Amino acid sequence: MATPLLGQRVKRKEDPRLIQGRGHYVDDIQLPGMLHMAFTRSLHAHARIGSIRVAAAKAAPGVVAVYTGQDIQGQLGWVPCAAGIEGLKVPRHSCLAIDKVCYVGEPVAAVVAASGYAARDAADLIEVDYEPLPAVVNPEKALAKESPVIHEELGDNVAFVAKLAGGDCASLEADKTLKVIKARFINQRLAPVSMETRGVVANYSPGEDLLTVWSSTQVPHILKTQLAIMNSLDEARCRVIAPEVGGGFGSKLNVYGEEGMACLASRRLGRPVKWIEGRRENLQATIHGRDQINELEVYVRPDGKVVGLKCSIIADLGAYHQLLTPAIPTLTALMILGCYNIPNVFVQTTGVFTNKMATDAYRGAGRPEATYIIERVMDLVAHELNMDPVDVRMKNFPSPDDFPLALPTGVTYDTANYQRSLKKVLKAAGYSRLRKEQERLRKKGKYLGIGLSTYVEICAMGPSSRMPAGGWEFGEVRIDPTGKVTVLSGTSPHGQGEETSFAQIVADGLGIPYDDVTVYHGDTFQVPMGIGTFGSRTTAVGGTAIYQAMGRLKKKMARIAAHQLGVKPGELVFRDRRIETEDGQKSIGFAEVVAEAIFAKQLPPGIDPGLHEHSVFEPSNYTFPFGAHVAVVEVDGETGEIRLRNYYAVDDCGRVLNPMLVDGQIHGGVAQAVGQALWEELVYDENGQLITGSLMDYAVPKAHQFCWFETQNTETRTPVNPLGVKGVGEAGTIGATPAVVNAVVDALKPFGVRHIDMPLKPEKIWRILKQGVRN
Amino acid sequence: MKIKVKVNGAWREDEVEPRLLLVHYLRDVAGLTGTHIGCETSICGACTVLVNGEAVKSCTLFAVQADGAEILTIEGLAPDGQLHPLQQGFWEEHGLQCGFCTPGMILASYQLLKRNPHPSPEEIRQGLEGNLCRCTGYQHIVKAVEWAAARMSS
Repeated sequence: MATPLLGQRVKRKEDPRLIQGRGHYVDDIQLPGMLHMAFTRSLHAHARIGSIRVAAAKAAPGVVAVYTGQDIQGQLGWVPCAAGIEGLKVPRHSCLAIDKVCYVGEPVAAVVAASGYAARDAADLIEVDYEPLPAVVNPEKALAKESPVIHEELGDNVAFVAKLAGGDCASLEADKTLKVIKARFINQRLAPVSMETRGVVANYSPGEDLLTVWSSTQVPHILKTQLAIMNSLDEARCRVIAPEVGGGFGSKLNVYGEEGMACLASRRLGRPVKWIEGRRENLQATIHGRDQINELEVYVRPDGKVVGLKCSIIADLGAYHQLLTPAIPTLTALMILGCYNIPNVFVQTTGVFTNKMATDAYRGAGRPEATYIIERVMDLVAHELNMDPVDVRMKNFPSPDDFPLALPTGVTYDTANYQRSLKKVLKAAGYSRLRKEQERLRKKGKYLGIGLSTYVEICAMGPSSRMPAGGWEFGEVRIDPTGKVTVLSGTSPHGQGEETSFAQIVADGLGIPYDDVTVYHGDTFQVPMGIGTFGSRTTAVGGTAIYQAMGRLKKKMARIAAHQLGVKPGELVFRDRRIETEDGQKSIGFAEVVAEAIFAKQLPPGIDPGLHEHSVFEPSNYTFPFGAHVAVVEVDGETGEIRLRNYYAVDDCGRVLNPMLVDGQIHGGVAQAVGQALWEELVYDENGQLITGSLMDYAVPKAHQFCWFETQNTETRTPVNPLGVKGVGEAGTIGATPAVVNAVVDALKPFGVRHIDMPLKPEKIWRILKQGVRN
Repeated sequence: MKIKVKVNGAWREDEVEPRLLLVHYLRDVAGLTGTHIGCETSICGACTVLVNGEAVKSCTLFAVQADGAEILTIEGLAPDGQLHPLQQGFWEEHGLQCGFCTPGMILASYQLLKRNPHPSPEEIRQGLEGNLCRCTGYQHIVKAVEWAAARMSS
């Protein structure tokens, strides 16, 4: 009997084309008569637009059209925001700025020309008269009465205030037996930096009245609906294709003005229009991530039990809302208790407009911030009470028997065993040995730091009741006359490898070879409905839809086989290309049943011809993967440089379908998280100029900056879906940042360090080593 | 200007603008879209190709500077359809996720192994410092290069 594929290290179906340079990303698409688009972008963070002189651009060689905000007003819908928050202020967000610009890099005009070079040349000939206005880039200053108001029509810079309360924090203030720990953390602004920037090709065919759009997107179906609305087309007249997508990390879970503009230009010109984002544009005008200020009050019993947590979140939203901008910090509030059952919680989240690019979902999307808060808090508790950080965590973990566990934040964690993953990672790291080594080294004036993070994340997004555009997913399985299988998914993987894991699910379930299964996704004409890939949902929600569709197909095939074999359908199993009774006495070939189902010569009564089933899976809850990480760092006493010496991770993403893919997700996520802790930061100056505007300034980590990641798993399956999988796409990014920061703070304990804000650059550390701290 | 270059074993002549970047020549004129553009500032290495056997970032070289040169792109690494050990290694060891950096990463590794057929993991990491990957955390890339090194020297 063939070995089951699920749980095995199966090589990826995606790779043969990619390792030979034969995948097709958006920029690889060439269409006859295709034109190229380039944008003129704002040089100012905040300014009124006077006249825009476009004559020179229009006269430039190869130029076909030039558009300004005035030209498109009323012709193209606003850039959409789907976040539903009570009382949310939503500024109008035009695809091209109309009378005012609100951040550096905001599109002001678009040029369409015969080549990319000609379009870029002409875009640079456009002269815009700006009347600069005072800019506000610091969200706390933006809240002040005297601050410039970015959207005058909205009154002030507060986009929303959301409160989340559970238990009774007020009663804790009177309890004098409790220790109150205060802290202020800054979670800096980051750039997602997918290696492929954004890009779009829009091709409107007037004869067919059909708009076909290739976009580097994580959400083709959502994009289709939104582009249809923006362009006043029926959705039937709009097809979106996500071709090969070179990474997204949340930045392509969006609908951008440039996508709208490419569609408008193609509709007006009747020719295909391509726009490929440059890296400088990508850093300026693709969504950013994080950017919160967190003020905390933590109530702790003398034994280390945390009984209350109050947090004010000031979330810097940037100048406009992109698709989910205001929703992201609300996820921080939702997950702020981490893996601790703290009975009293109060979080006030204030979303603030500033003269910067919008923030939105960047890998983890609000949950890395939550984990950072609570995991730094646990270390502060240990610091204040002079306890081991391990003991503080063990003290505050719920018991594995407490699950499902309803938290005062309103979420219910499905399953977990936090003690088990922490114990496992401590063993892997040799924790007590490390502590002894640390002591020895300290005596020699060398600084080794050991940092923990025990995290839980909210994944498999999610129940439709909690998701703006629904949280279900679509899956379809059909068997072709030759017996080969086609699988369709409404998700849109872009590197995660679900062409492989979905094929594993189906090959195992049908008892057929892996090579007989082909998985498609990303084309709205091929896949009738879908939500997309984000929030670690693709396998848990999308894979389950496929699993269910396959279940329906198997039921039908079993009925046909049973009719042929003279047994009951329930007695049959699918294995080794046969459908047979458990003992193998009655058996029929898979291909024979397929032929019977499709050629329909002797179908049992009541069975329609064909093998073609779909399913839409609606999850009853999120899933809550968790894990425990240990980072070991060395501080260079001369330069302040931090060296990540060891990294140990034990992650529990529920059932593991393909350990190779799970490792890959963890490694990549940890790398991004370490990047935030140590190096990455988007910096705007006080006038709102982006200082880190190229990859020469924005520090995407390189290979030699990492140590070997030692990864292991525990498996705690979820009852939320029949596969038992929880999701793993964001785990590393969510879990690892506080482990590294806790390690550095731990290393610098002899200097009286209690907290350092990220990124922990050498100059910051060097100052502490040379000058001490003032906290 | 007219240039003559040998791309993946075949000579070709083309009329190009003097300012045309080599990467745009390869992608748009020669139709070899396996070479990608990731940053335009010579940092990310997605556009890495071999020019006369040396790994170069084709986004910061003009096509005219390559006149007379032999160029190897990812499409030319497996001319007979048999995967190069580096390609096979990236597949075996899960050295890629989205695949966008992969052609450049493979060609940079090709030069690395030519210069140092038995690199240590540290040497591989140092050797690939001109190539960025945002997906993998690099560990599986290191293993992929080790996989290829072992096969190529045996």
